[in-house]
Amino acid sequence: MTPVLELRGIDKSFGPVQVLHDVDFSVHPGEVTALVGDNGAGKSTLVKCIGGIHAVDSGEYFFDGKTVQINSPRDAAELGIEIVYQDLALCDNLDIVQNMFLGREHRRGIVLDEDTMEEMAARTLESLSVRTVKSIRQHVSSLSGGQRQTVAIAKAVLWNSKVVILDEPTAALGVAQTAQVLELVRRLADQGLAVVLISHNMNDVFAVSDRIAALYLGRMAAQVRTSDVTHAQVVELITSGRSGDLGLTNGVSA
Amino acid sequence: MTDTIASPRATEAPTISGSVRGYAERVRGGDMGALPAVFGLVVLCTVFSILRPSFLTPGNFANLLTQGAAITVIAMGLVFVLLLGEIDLSAGFASGVCASVLAILLTEQGLPWYVAVAAAILTGVVIGAALGTVVAKLGIPSFVVTLAAFLGFQGLVLLLVKGGTNISIRDQTIVAIANKYLPPVLGWALLALGVVGYAALQLLRARKRASRGLVADPIALIAARVGALAVLGGVAVYILNLERSRNPAVVSLTGVPIVVPIIVLLLVLGTFVLRRTAYGRHLYAVGGNAEAARRAGINVDRMKISAFVICSGMAAVGGIIAASRASSVDPNTGGSNVLLYAVGAAVIGGTSLFGGKGRVLDAILGGTVVAVIENGMGLMGYSSGVKYVVTGAVLLLAAGVDALSRKRAAATGLR
Ligand SMILES: Nc1ncnc2c1ncn2[C@@H]1O[C@H](COP(=O)(O)OP(=O)(O)O)[C@@H](O)[C@H]1O
Ligand SMILES: [Mg+2]
Repeated sequence: MTPVLELRGIDKSFGPVQVLHDVDFSVHPGEVTALVGDNGAGKSTLVKCIGGIHAVDSGEYFFDGKTVQINSPRDAAELGIEIVYQDLALCDNLDIVQNMFLGREHRRGIVLDEDTMEEMAARTLESLSVRTVKSIRQHVSSLSGGQRQTVAIAKAVLWNSKVVILDEPTAALGVAQTAQVLELVRRLADQGLAVVLISHNMNDVFAVSDRIAALYLGRMAAQVRTSDVTHAQVVELITSGRSGDLGLTNGVSA
Repeated sequence: MTDTIASPRATEAPTISGSVRGYAERVRGGDMGALPAVFGLVVLCTVFSILRPSFLTPGNFANLLTQGAAITVIAMGLVFVLLLGEIDLSAGFASGVCASVLAILLTEQGLPWYVAVAAAILTGVVIGAALGTVVAKLGIPSFVVTLAAFLGFQGLVLLLVKGGTNISIRDQTIVAIANKYLPPVLGWALLALGVVGYAALQLLRARKRASRGLVADPIALIAARVGALAVLGGVAVYILNLERSRNPAVVSLTGVPIVVPIIVLLLVLGTFVLRRTAYGRHLYAVGGNAEAARRAGINVDRMKISAFVICSGMAAVGGIIAASRASSVDPNTGGSNVLLYAVGAAVIGGTSLFGGKGRVLDAILGGTVVAVIENGMGLMGYSSGVKYVVTGAVLLLAAGVDALSRKRAAATGLR
């Protein structure tokens, strides 16, 4: 099966600091790809490069097998790539509907079509079996962490997207909410979407993912099928960049 | 964390008491909205009416409205910049520059009024585009950029009016804006049009939402809003239509000042842009979380530049009104306390200095407070010195309310 999204040889530096080294990464439809790595390994940076937040220094970007240029968040969104950022990026002073449609508002002529947006937002939240908000017209600032996370995810799936990337979506959540989010992740993939899940929790990773990609100090140590590896091997890849014949040799991909 | 709440659609049926409760909750949560300004207005008007009965005369009421008009319009423009969390300290003198352009074209060049007005507003637009570009593209804080512009424009006004002479304006159309009044019948007709239009919009919206199964405002709430507008507007038009000439046999003086419908029109336009268009939505988004707005594909730089353009453009309109009221332009037009009063008006009305919160209506409420203080204290014979001190104190109070309500909002998670 061809990957829906594929990166080859991505380099990214912030000033003198090179954060990503020659990274290859591919994402397949109908699968959950777990992106793992220690803090500072470059996971969020990779995701922001995919989303057009950061421009890459060099490397190739394929979507549906074709090379594409991603210069802004809008370009990524137009391809059908939606990202739930680690820092969520919601506007506290806007309500749930306004946040979900931010930058892509429905309008009639020049007037906002609030009713349609409200209906679509409500339907999306319902389809995600979200029963966590009192009114979809309440300001996001009044929501709990789990509720904000749900809004951010709902925002990402609202758009018939092909790729949904979630950057540590469960880091701030309790047990029950984490289970809910993981269930949601699995359901999205089963609907045929390509899902990327960033997580530090090995149990979560093994519970929902089909593939695992491990970043080590800005290099892609290995990208493997989840069924082919053990917990211990993945932990080793994360902490030392290699495990047996998997991983980096002298800092270069095997 | 409670995650067992009803599905989004099945929200509680809206009722009047529900709306009132919702409002009370928001106020307790730190969102005071228009409350301080309205409360302040009631207190100030009561005090001045008791101390100086002449405060409550039709003549003074009309005077008060034209007195506050220029500052109110400048404040309306400032709201757009404040919404982004930026400031424009040069709006006062920008209005002076634009008024000078107007006066020179009218009086020295003898051009028709509409050419002069267009040129004045274009000047404002160019000023705003320049300020906004420097702020957005060079990343210099707007405080510094517009402080520099404040000095620069002050000099520019001096240069334009040739070192302190005063250019008088004789064009009847321009002078009429702040010195002439609508025929009483027209005042009533415009009010009726406004009330009926407002009622129709509200009812249509509620009907449409109800028909799609969405939560709509209850009829009683709409009736209350429309009723309030009709009563307040009716009282104002009635008072302004009373004879206020000392000698009616010689010259009759009645009607709503022409500048009032102009301000109402700007209010409707500005409110439409902020509440009903994607552009307005994006202004709030950038003010609330610029990074989130950027990730949503909003061009933040363009939003900043456009907000400064609107602000300086509105300052130009304010300058035209000031020139009309004085029937002249001098180096002090748009100077001294104009800018501080305008910023004060927006903040007193409830617009936040921290960005992301504000309405065009705030400028009108706050502008009225400022005008009432200025007018009432003038009637009581206080010097300019005392007026400045009091207005400064009120501004500080308003900024304090703003900061405190933010803290409270952060504490309660509401905003
Ligand atoms: N905008 C930035 N400017 C400079 N350095 C950055 C920036 N963003 C991330 N970094 C650096 O890049 C490295 C990787 O960060 P990040 O991608 O956030 O890691 P992860 O998400 O895997 O924990 C870190 O050393 C971090 O300090
Ligand atoms: Mg990260």
